[in-house]
Amino acid sequence: MTRTRQLKHFFIRRPGLARFGVIVALFLLWEAAARWWIDPMFLSPPSKVVASLGALFETPRVPAALQLTFFELAVAFALSVVIGLTVGLAVGLSRFGHRSFMPIILLLYGIPQITILPLFILYFGIGAPSKIAFGVTHGIFPIIVTIVAGVQNIKPILMTAARSMGASRWQIFRWVIFPHMIPSFFAGMRLGMTGVLLGVLLAELYVSTAGIGYFTQLFTQNFDPTKLLGLISVLAAMAIVLNEIVRRAEVHFGRWRTG
Amino acid sequence: MSPRRELRSKLASRAVQVAFVAGVLLLWYLGTNYWGISPILLPNPVKVWAELRDVLATGEFWPDLRVTLTELVTAFAISCTGGVTLGYAISRSPFCIKVFEPLLAGVYSIPIILFLPLYVLFFGLGPGSKIAIGATISFFPIVLNTVAGFGYVDKIFVTAARSMGASNIQMFWHVLLPAALPVILTGLRIGFTVALLSILGSETLASLAGLGHRIVHLAEGMETARMFAYIAFAVVIAACLNATVSGLERRSKR
Repeated sequence: MTRTRQLKHFFIRRPGLARFGVIVALFLLWEAAARWWIDPMFLSPPSKVVASLGALFETPRVPAALQLTFFELAVAFALSVVIGLTVGLAVGLSRFGHRSFMPIILLLYGIPQITILPLFILYFGIGAPSKIAFGVTHGIFPIIVTIVAGVQNIKPILMTAARSMGASRWQIFRWVIFPHMIPSFFAGMRLGMTGVLLGVLLAELYVSTAGIGYFTQLFTQNFDPTKLLGLISVLAAMAIVLNEIVRRAEVHFGRWRTG
Repeated sequence: MSPRRELRSKLASRAVQVAFVAGVLLLWYLGTNYWGISPILLPNPVKVWAELRDVLATGEFWPDLRVTLTELVTAFAISCTGGVTLGYAISRSPFCIKVFEPLLAGVYSIPIILFLPLYVLFFGLGPGSKIAIGATISFFPIVLNTVAGFGYVDKIFVTAARSMGASNIQMFWHVLLPAALPVILTGLRIGFTVALLSILGSETLASLAGLGHRIVHLAEGMETARMFAYIAFAVVIAACLNATVSGLERRSKR
């Protein structure tokens, strides 16, 4: 009795350990399900997936496909940040621009972009450009919206104070707006990264001749769940790492405001 | 700013918006009619309008719309029930919140659409895989918001109600639920939007019927004008659904 109680207390003080236990339990469940209950044509156990990662990377053209997808993600993200920042500042810094163009931007943001995916293929072909373009349309809107919100949220008293002390336009931008924009800029980058990941992966899955979309299709059609799961895990890991990098940056650069 | 100048600047903004939309339409019209843009790439707006009216008049959209809406309703019902129930269960103990919330938030940050090929493998090309992926994707915002709603009710309310002798049921109906409802409703709205998007998306990627499937089908047949008509139709349907859900959320929050 006291022993179980001690065990309980041990876990209550360490939620991280309990979380790890839950993850392990889920993997064991998956392993058991794949081994004994489910047709191996559809699901393979995690041990086999991990073991086959090496074989996956040796499959001809798979490393190149991962590289291509990473390249598409990077270019789409860079373009979204540059375009989103420019448009966001242009719209956010002028009262008139904000009032005129923000409704149009929000309207465009509200369109379910997945419905126009076939158009992107039509205009940009089935290669990398269509994935990059589709990723950009998913990435720029959250960036624009957060940048505009960040610029608009600056307390008017700071602007008035700076102006009354004779700051020039550039000085106001450099010393008031810019530091205030940093946290929202990184928040926007994080949301933009989520959007870019979604856009590029959607376009990849829709049609692809060399990227990972091609291989997920191939493995699905060949009923090769081991390699399919391996590939998906690698991509999920890539997504987690990219998200985490941007999130860390957000925390790091947002510190000055709270700390 | 004086009220008069305020009004004038408002009118100017409206004028800019109207001019923007009119300019896009005009460029579209001129480009397709006079500047020789291929009708396969960009169809004439007049033709798109005619196609849209044809689609609406013949009622050809009904079967596809019905498939999409059925999938949406089923997926949302599953994720609502599952998400709210599980969220409530987790929120009952601070320990569970500490264990499960980061786990769920972590999975939520992965683009789950990646697993679509697996879902197709498991549930087939039909509505099954769409319902499953829609339910999975919309489950996460719902469960996370339910945990946030029930888990972070101000302690003072709970203590006050307890000390005044509230039973568990009274506690739930009069303290916990009213405090948590706004957050949960936000979760439900996000879940609904996400479910709609992922169902349209999975229909576009691999399916046998539905609005997304119809658009792809027309794109592959190079019937661009009709595809534009269907895109416009899908966008309007999605906007109406989202507006309805946001309206419901706002109304029940009052």
